[in-house]
Amino acid sequence: MFFSKLIPYIPSLIKGLGITLELTLLSAIIGFIAAIFLVVGVLYGNRFFKSLCNFIITLIRGTPMMVQLFLIYFGLPGINIRLSPLTAAIIAFIINSSAYQAEYLKGGFMAISKEQIEAAYSIGLNKWDAIRLIIFPQAFRFAIPALSNEIVYLIQYTSVAYTIGLPELFYISKNFASKTYMNIEIYLFIGIIYLIFIYIITKLTDFVEKKLYIPGFDTSHLK
Amino acid sequence: MEENLLIVENVEKSFGSQKILDGVSFKLNKGDVKVIVGPSGTGKSTLLRCINLLNPPDKGKIYLQNTEITSLPHSKIPSIRQKIGMVFQHFALFNHLSAIDNVALGLIKVKKMNKTDAYNKALRELKRVGLDQHKDKYPAQLSGGQKQRVGIARALAMDPLLILFDEPTSALDPELIGEVLQVMQDLAKDGMTMICVTHEMGFAKSVANEVIFMEKGKIVEQGPPLKLFTEATHPRTREFLSKISELYGESEKK
Repeated sequence: MFFSKLIPYIPSLIKGLGITLELTLLSAIIGFIAAIFLVVGVLYGNRFFKSLCNFIITLIRGTPMMVQLFLIYFGLPGINIRLSPLTAAIIAFIINSSAYQAEYLKGGFMAISKEQIEAAYSIGLNKWDAIRLIIFPQAFRFAIPALSNEIVYLIQYTSVAYTIGLPELFYISKNFASKTYMNIEIYLFIGIIYLIFIYIITKLTDFVEKKLYIPGFDTSHLK
Repeated sequence: MEENLLIVENVEKSFGSQKILDGVSFKLNKGDVKVIVGPSGTGKSTLLRCINLLNPPDKGKIYLQNTEITSLPHSKIPSIRQKIGMVFQHFALFNHLSAIDNVALGLIKVKKMNKTDAYNKALRELKRVGLDQHKDKYPAQLSGGQKQRVGIARALAMDPLLILFDEPTSALDPELIGEVLQVMQDLAKDGMTMICVTHEMGFAKSVANEVIFMEKGKIVEQGPPLKLFTEATHPRTREFLSKISELYGESEKK
């Protein structure tokens, strides 16, 4: 009964899943790159950049995701910037995720002893090479578990983009529910789909962690 | 004409309101091995860190090969540092890199050597400290003594004019100290210029041409090791040296 009603929705569910994953991956990856700039600014920038990056992080983490999303989608047209729901969602999630990822990376950076950068200086590396070649590779490994958590969080939290009419996975399901009244069935069903993808992501990050494994950087004893 | 490799002139350094170095001066010639001793908190490590500009001095001047390095612009400092090797108390190996990568990194990234030459040289330096067999191990897989020898190889690889040793054996288990001291003695005998902050008096006696006794940020007394051990003029020097000879002297007797 449920599945026969579901069949016509399958193409849009697949499309919705695609949008969910696109939104998640773009926010995770571009957010990660932005996070590197933020955390390096906070930890190694001059006074101006330190304050600026701290301010950005505080601002983003201090306001609800939904407020940021609505500001970009419904607020920006007020100054004549009109974005599609997808573009608005991508921008909002990149901004939001970058601040959280910056905090996770910061934890990794702070786990590295000061002697590491001094040793890098002592062989003649300059500050930025020392950060790039010595500090970041270690900090990143320490931050992997937290960063993988961020991806899991993003997959789930991208569902709030339904509020601006983005036809992602949750939006399609909600449509289906309002037309068929099969609330239990459809929400259980997409719950399972989310679960499957989160399971796959978890396995993928485990794989990445194993690939990057270096003795002394093992976090498996913490799991 | 005699050319001093390194001249330290009236160096002062404070952290906050605490004066750590209070006018330290000495000269170093090529091939010199100087050992700095003194109670903890006396500024020995700070002095080394002033020399390679990790903590630039507040006052005073330091000359390396007659070039004043204390007034150089920021951008020139890395090129000075690569001429001054540093061996750290807690090894400070790059934990994400294998032993050979630790040694080769500076050659590739700082000296811009091509990778084949860099790895060949890195392997030679590891061989010199007796660790070529362990070249692919990561720091977490090495013993303290092995880590410190990689640290020495890393400094050596840059072909420095001198190497600073900041208590290189004080974080080691007693049975591992010997292997590190052996490497340091071999270096000294090969003519490497060294400044060592260490309390290993056996090492000082066998290879140092001068021992400097520091207290409260000042050089109290300096001289050839035997002279200082047998006829120190300052009572504090005598007291301190006899105390550490008791503690450390035995481990080096052969």
